[in-house]
Amino acid sequence: MKRVVVTGIGLVTTLGSDIETFFSSLLAGKSGIRRITRFDPSDYPCQVGAELNDFNPEDWMESKKAIRNDRYTQFAIAAALQAVAHAKLDVKQMNPFRIGVVIGSGIGGMETIETQSRRLIELGPRKVSPFTIPSLIVNMASGIVAIELGAKGPNFAIVSACATASHSIGESLRILRTGDADVMIAGGSEAAITRLGYAGFCSMKAMSTGFNDKPEAASRPFDKKRDGFVMGEGAATLVLETLDHALARGAQPLCELLAYSASCDAYHITSPDPQGAGLAHCLQDVLNKANIAASAVGYINAHGTSTEYNDKFETLAIKTVFGSHAPRLKISSTKSMTGHLLGAAGAIEAAAVVKVLQTGRIPPTINQEEPDESCDLDYVPNHAQTQPVEYAISNNLGFGGQNACILMRRYTP
Amino acid sequence: MSNQSIQERVIQIISNQLGRKMEDIKLESSFTGDLDADSLDLVELVMAFENEFSAEIGEDGIPEEDSEKLRTVQDVIHYVEKRMKDRSAKG
Repeated sequence: MKRVVVTGIGLVTTLGSDIETFFSSLLAGKSGIRRITRFDPSDYPCQVGAELNDFNPEDWMESKKAIRNDRYTQFAIAAALQAVAHAKLDVKQMNPFRIGVVIGSGIGGMETIETQSRRLIELGPRKVSPFTIPSLIVNMASGIVAIELGAKGPNFAIVSACATASHSIGESLRILRTGDADVMIAGGSEAAITRLGYAGFCSMKAMSTGFNDKPEAASRPFDKKRDGFVMGEGAATLVLETLDHALARGAQPLCELLAYSASCDAYHITSPDPQGAGLAHCLQDVLNKANIAASAVGYINAHGTSTEYNDKFETLAIKTVFGSHAPRLKISSTKSMTGHLLGAAGAIEAAAVVKVLQTGRIPPTINQEEPDESCDLDYVPNHAQTQPVEYAISNNLGFGGQNACILMRRYTP
Repeated sequence: MSNQSIQERVIQIISNQLGRKMEDIKLESSFTGDLDADSLDLVELVMAFENEFSAEIGEDGIPEEDSEKLRTVQDVIHYVEKRMKDRSAKG
């Protein structure tokens, strides 16, 4: 089986728009969550989020392109261009059909949907922008990134809500292993901090409402006082490459991508399976595929959304699979700091895992004040820890019951 | 309203929509040839002209048979002027 490695990382997040700044912020336990400013949140039960207020699309593309694309696509372009630069990948020197792009989004062009719906209702159908459809469709980020890079290989978007980016990375791994491409740019992007996005998630009672006066404390996965997730926006992409291709061009692998598993709870549209069976299946499956013992795993970057159910059932799934090793695992939810980037979550978290494997530094889960008896594992509370890790897993679960796990290994030649 | 100001307003819109510097937009510049506009840009440009000149040309906007003939910056300026004249003649 072909070995696949990560050779580049690009991201735009509230905690930094390059991997080093981002990872240092995580290690320092910084929160990127503030009061919402993109719209007046006064009437909303949740008034906090991780907004990219200093993002300027024209740093990454001509103003005309910026206008024609939704914010989610702008983030994706910024992340992909950085990842390619980080990987020192010269696309022009490659056969363009051997480089593909799979950048998903949980929702796509939410802001475009809102703006143009308003125009439709207020001004009529002739005033709806011709860029409405190309801006809002979820596959456009992959399409535009391909145009920017001249990448003509496999190209589409995966949509599985909050598991989107993990599936995108995992399916890209498959594509590389089948030999359909040598390089894949994989990840996710999300820009759903809009009035409709917040109203919708608030109506579901999925978002935190009790920490509007203390935004940094709102995302508190596994803590007893957790009361819902906090949304973030941004994007991350990884350059994935067959090891042979990476070595042949003199690239330095950052870590190895070993295995991926996907499953569905087949239980409820939004509630996770109370036994965590779908996630447990994925966790066991990645261990089986990589042929390693559960005890070899040192770190899990949890889905850890800060909702009552997710954190409880995710803990249960981990215990089911890891048994007596579960209490020895280092587990953290970086969503405690980044907020939940929905379709981009799996990619920024995979980026964090790459750095954990490289450095042996483990980011904390912040806002751990009062333990919850149903969440009784080692969530690396409040402060980063140091422990070399050879194997690590990233979990992400989406509405719809969709689960994805990816297993990565510290790079050894 | 003077010709100068219609011209300035047209050029300002084109500059915003197509991401071009004002000084790069000449009267004889063609949208698709010189300014790199594609078919979607053209639709949005016409909407922007309709919006900007709704007081001068009326709320009905620019019919498709007219918009198809607007190929250069000068065409748009002439078109707006003509529509204004037609309206004042009727008025």
